[in-house]
Amino acid sequence: MNNALSVASIVIKELYRRKDFYVLFVLTAIITLLMGSLHFFNDDRIVRYLKEICLLLIWISALAIAVGTSARQIPAERENRTIFPLLAKPITRGQLIAGKFLGCWLACGLALIVFYFFFGVISVSREHQWAAASFFQALWLHWWMLGVVVAMTLLGSVVFAAPSSNGTICLLIILSILLLGRHLNKVAVQLAEPMSGVVSAVYFAVPHLELFDVRDLVVHNWDPINWLICVGATLYAAAYAIFFLFATWLVFRRQPLV
Amino acid sequence: MPAPSLILALLFVVCFTLATWLQPWHQSWAGGRAQSDSLLGVVMGNSRQLFANHFFTKADVYFHSGYYPSVFDQAIGGAPHITAAKDAAAETDAEHGREQSEEAGFLGPPRDWIDRFSRNFYPSRHSHLDRPGEAREILPWLRIAADLDPHKVETYTVAAYWLREHLNRVDEAEQLLREGWRANPDSYEILFELGRVFDENRHDSQRARNVWELALGKWRQRSARNGEPDDFVLEQILTRLAQLEEREGHWEKALSYLEKLEAVSPKPEAIQQQINDLKKKVVSAPPANRSGAQQTGKP
Repeated sequence: MNNALSVASIVIKELYRRKDFYVLFVLTAIITLLMGSLHFFNDDRIVRYLKEICLLLIWISALAIAVGTSARQIPAERENRTIFPLLAKPITRGQLIAGKFLGCWLACGLALIVFYFFFGVISVSREHQWAAASFFQALWLHWWMLGVVVAMTLLGSVVFAAPSSNGTICLLIILSILLLGRHLNKVAVQLAEPMSGVVSAVYFAVPHLELFDVRDLVVHNWDPINWLICVGATLYAAAYAIFFLFATWLVFRRQPLV
Repeated sequence: MPAPSLILALLFVVCFTLATWLQPWHQSWAGGRAQSDSLLGVVMGNSRQLFANHFFTKADVYFHSGYYPSVFDQAIGGAPHITAAKDAAAETDAEHGREQSEEAGFLGPPRDWIDRFSRNFYPSRHSHLDRPGEAREILPWLRIAADLDPHKVETYTVAAYWLREHLNRVDEAEQLLREGWRANPDSYEILFELGRVFDENRHDSQRARNVWELALGKWRQRSARNGEPDDFVLEQILTRLAQLEEREGHWEKALSYLEKLEAVSPKPEAIQQQINDLKKKVVSAPPANRSGAQQTGKP
């Protein structure tokens, strides 16, 4: 475990040394503040459009950070040949994958805390109410969703040749799930066999990342989700993250390093 | 082989000549965006209408607090509409109830455990922005929709309705309607809504009458041109005019509007009843009032 944590700490340091997070955060802040400076019909209490834009930017930024950071971890170690001294520590390939995952996931968590703090400040300054439970649930579910994304991208990084192709393919899959995942069952019932069966199989097999997108509930001030449901979603994400990590280990353990 | 500088000079001359020929042609070209009076028009062209529709729908989504059918659900069960609530004042409770119950069913029963589980993570109950002042949240999207497509009349009438009826922002509503009127000078819908601002909010009967009569004229022109009369708006204009004239004591004019209304109303019996009641009122009124009313009732 110590070995994995050591690897994770290096990944976290890498995040705050790189410019990606700062650029994305500054962009999010500037766009949100610019949109917030607009006034519609002389009413300065309109807030939901601003919350929606801010959350959308946070989701885009978080996905870019998660996929970008995870996709380059193992290929970069190979390219720089630092993977040889790392595995000679001794540290097993499983521990390396666990460490890389933990590092990327915790780094995403840290980034999310900063983003959601900014979102909270903007929201409270306009709305004058602090929906703490809803904000926490949104942050928590978002973080677990990124756990699945990080694990999926790590799997991609040992399957695909280059980080760029891995990042592009992962982003396409993630966006497809986010946009279509909820509706695949409706599409399946309108198709003829065997396509209906194929689409149904995809529907039940893919990780439903859209479950963790509670932006509409936060934007429109709905009540917080039942905490037991939240626990269920957490277990669902954990199961998929472990599945992808295990698959990564299966591929990586026999893979030549050069 | 001539010198490269000469080739470059020749190309420059060709480009310059082409530019002097193409520029005037492009300026006079009917499809050119350069004639557009706004930056949005130049940049986005006709795609503005597409985005305007999207943002108008977005306002509807906000009106339902995020509870809104996706394109997949709409293919099955249709979409709720913000204008349904706008026109609710003219509808019966049963009609509005029907709209609500139709919407309540767009999700249908859960199809599987993922569907059932996922409904905890997005708005899955029918809801409206009912609390005082909440309706303001739809305004940014309507403003953007109006900016993107100034010829979408519905945007102005819906926004003006919410501004004056639910947010008590009569000045902003009037300003928006005037803006819409400038962009759509033939729109009787905008004139009708403007008349409501004068009548219900400003209590200025004279201006309301003028605007509604103008709306009636525009309606006649458009109907004559298109051949497909919009009886729904005509019915509303005639109803409002009849009510205004009756309130002002111009009974002859009120009767004339009611008789026109009877011809287009889906409930002619009710209108006939109103006509009978008004006639009784005219007969039972003191002679001085009756004559006065008839005098002032002259066009």
